[in-house]
Amino acid sequence: MSKPKVAFYWCASCGGCEEAVVDLHEDILGVVSAVDIVFWPVALDFKRSDVEAMKDKEVAVAFINGAIRSSEQHEMVELLRRKAQLVVAFGSCAHLGGIPGLANVFDRGAIVNQACVNAVSVVNDQKVLPSEETTVPEGKLTLPLLWNTVKSLDQTIDVDYYLPGCPPPVNLIGEAVGAILKGELPAKGTVLAPDIALCDDCVRRDTKPEKPALKEFFRPHQVKADPEKCLLAQGLLCLGPVTRKGCGSVCVKANMPCTGCMGPTSNVVDYGAKALSAIASLVDSNDDKEIAAIISKVADPVGTFYRYSLPASLLHRRYNGSTERG
Amino acid sequence: MSDKNVAGSDFEPRIVAFFCNWCTYTAADLAGTARMVYAPNARVVRIMCSGRLDPQFVLAALRKGADGVLIGGCHPGDCHYQEGNYKALRRFTLLKTLLAAMGIEEERVRLEWIAASEGDKVQRVINEMTEQVRKLGPLRLEQIHQIEGSHHSAAQVGKHAVMEGAV
Ligand code: SF4
Ligand code: SF4
Ligand code: FES
Repeated sequence: MSKPKVAFYWCASCGGCEEAVVDLHEDILGVVSAVDIVFWPVALDFKRSDVEAMKDKEVAVAFINGAIRSSEQHEMVELLRRKAQLVVAFGSCAHLGGIPGLANVFDRGAIVNQACVNAVSVVNDQKVLPSEETTVPEGKLTLPLLWNTVKSLDQTIDVDYYLPGCPPPVNLIGEAVGAILKGELPAKGTVLAPDIALCDDCVRRDTKPEKPALKEFFRPHQVKADPEKCLLAQGLLCLGPVTRKGCGSVCVKANMPCTGCMGPTSNVVDYGAKALSAIASLVDSNDDKEIAAIISKVADPVGTFYRYSLPASLLHRRYNGSTERG
Repeated sequence: MSDKNVAGSDFEPRIVAFFCNWCTYTAADLAGTARMVYAPNARVVRIMCSGRLDPQFVLAALRKGADGVLIGGCHPGDCHYQEGNYKALRRFTLLKTLLAAMGIEEERVRLEWIAASEGDKVQRVINEMTEQVRKLGPLRLEQIHQIEGSHHSAAQVGKHAVMEGAV
């Protein structure tokens, strides 16, 4: 019997998810011997045309990481969707939009201008901007279209499973691959990680007060955090109470608050709104002025609560008043 | 595409009002039985306490077509469950900073303490808010999502990109 075919692809991502696959270390040998990797641009020299030449559903599973923000990425994931029986959204960006999704607080014009003209390291006196079509003596050159709005994978194609995390924890990748190979998969749409909040297996769980009451919030660089005590109880915005466990609380072990890369548990629709709700209710005051003063210490609420999930949020992106819409 | 073309002059704001059972909802009832006349733009959802209001409800209402969201609870000290309205106030304060950062105008989401006897306050607040939101125009997030969703038509958006690029 021939081995199941597997494809990996990356869209708007940093490359960390590809690292996570390599981080399987020697376990990767077991995977490689059990499957046939037919497409993996970061590591193997297969081309888009090789994928196009395959029969529909010929690939057993496609692992796709990265958010979707260009016409080219959209074409590629549609192609992979056609060729693959299963599509797994791999990592925070594919799952919820991820860090690249924070671009949704800007629009395309501002982003392109910043990247191509205004960034301090850029010299572009003529303010040349990328355009989809450029005519040169040899003919027409084209570039993919950069979208105005970044999307999660399931906002562009049908997704079967999600592997959360930035990047997904190696043990969860191993378990997911194992389950796929054995054909022991849960219901379609499942996030392949425990459905309980991170505090549940945090090393500092016993030091977390039942209801932390906070007069002040700090950012990590503003305090020297006690390495034993619950970070939230110390006024650091640890999002462990609203984040899915499965990472082994690695950030907390490194004395850094959880920023929520594993996303929400299954009973939450909008991660950021839930996180905001959980944090706000800890404010220890009944006085509106004092509440406002304490809350003003939460710098950058969008970046704090939607660090990995702005595209998948109910609001999806920033609105610019009535003139620039559409 | 300007909002005015879409909205026309007969834009009627849609306001979703989350009222706590013990005070504000009772006040709205009172306004009704007293036949007070106020703008018909608020759709009232009864919740047991303003402290039950999950910020997700506010975002979901805006996403699904509300132009504004009004939250009503008992006055400080009067919450049937002691602390619920303080919780609502804390969440609302943080939610406002988030909404501002997301470009949603401040007047679209409002928190008011309205006691069971204050039917006239229900009337005034709903009228005021309806007028404020009317001035802002429709939010229509759902429609914008559809437009954003159909941006794969390169020709159309390509033009847009050039326009933006020129700014
Ligand atoms: S809030 Fe953070 S530090 Fe505290 S128990 Fe939860 S995950 Fe651990
Ligand atoms: S602690 Fe939080 S941010 Fe860190 S890896 Fe775990 S889920 Fe992600
Ligand atoms: S019961 Fe009215 S606000 Fe709590």
